[in-house]
Amino acid sequence: MPDTRYLLMAIAVSAAITWALRALPFTFLAPLRASATVKYLGARMPAGVMVILFVYCLRDLPLPGPHAAAPLAALAVTVGLHLWRRNALLSILGGTIVSVALASTLFAH
Amino acid sequence: MGLGLLPLGLALGVLITHAGLPWWCASLSTAVIYAGSFEFLLVGLVVVAAPLVTVALTAFLVNVRHVFYALSFPLDRVHGRLARAYSTFALIDEAYALATGPQARSWSGARIVWLQMYMQLYWVGGATVGALLGSVIPDSVTGLDFALTALFTVLALDAVRERRGDLPTPVLALLSALAARLILPGQLLPAAFTLFTAALLTRHLTTRRRPAHA
Repeated sequence: MPDTRYLLMAIAVSAAITWALRALPFTFLAPLRASATVKYLGARMPAGVMVILFVYCLRDLPLPGPHAAAPLAALAVTVGLHLWRRNALLSILGGTIVSVALASTLFAH
Repeated sequence: MGLGLLPLGLALGVLITHAGLPWWCASLSTAVIYAGSFEFLLVGLVVVAAPLVTVALTAFLVNVRHVFYALSFPLDRVHGRLARAYSTFALIDEAYALATGPQARSWSGARIVWLQMYMQLYWVGGATVGALLGSVIPDSVTGLDFALTALFTVLALDAVRERRGDLPTPVLALLSALAARLILPGQLLPAAFTLFTAALLTRHLTTRRRPAHA
């Protein structure tokens, strides 16, 4: 197990970089916020960013193969539940429960 | 919506204990880093004692997407130094999605900051409970990390539905992500965000000029 000092350092370094990336752009991008181009980007970015993060989560899906079965089934359940009930918590819980149930039993490595 | 962070935090906590790390790593990491997807990656990095330079570089690459959030996150509605500092610190993907969503247009800055605090409370609480419970959950229980995929699936579905009638935006995002996956799989996120921004800018410039030629 890594020693405590290393763990604390790793967390501190990560925290500093993450906050800097979130806070500093407000200072040096502030003058750009009034521009029409930035408004155009701002209106379209949220949807695109979520689609990209979605693909990112599935980047290591072992396709085709038996190990992809559990996440794919869980994904189908999440999408199905969400299109049906539009309840974020229900969709996330439902998909995760299916994923854990399948990955720990039928499709265990 | 913030409640979605609870199962996700639980998953992270269990993952941290199962990786052989002390439980307080879950509480501390979620309290001071507070970057969901990166914290999942960090577990894998610290168990192999990756050099701090690698940790720093990964933190930068995974979280550099937040630079783009400053363009549209309504920080101008948040008043007070402390509130503004916290609001930028707690600018996670889910907070960005909520605060830039259709329902948030009339929200005050205070409401946005309270929401961010609730989200972090769920996150820290979930991770701490998960880490403490992790030791009693057998290693054979896997698949919890799907909570992160489920979260972004839901956020993407909602965001795309909100822009119905604007099919090119999600299609460009999807193509950017797939291209980045093929060309730079190790740096999928920054590559995809750069490609997507470039594609949107190109689209903006070309569609703006079209009426002038007509």
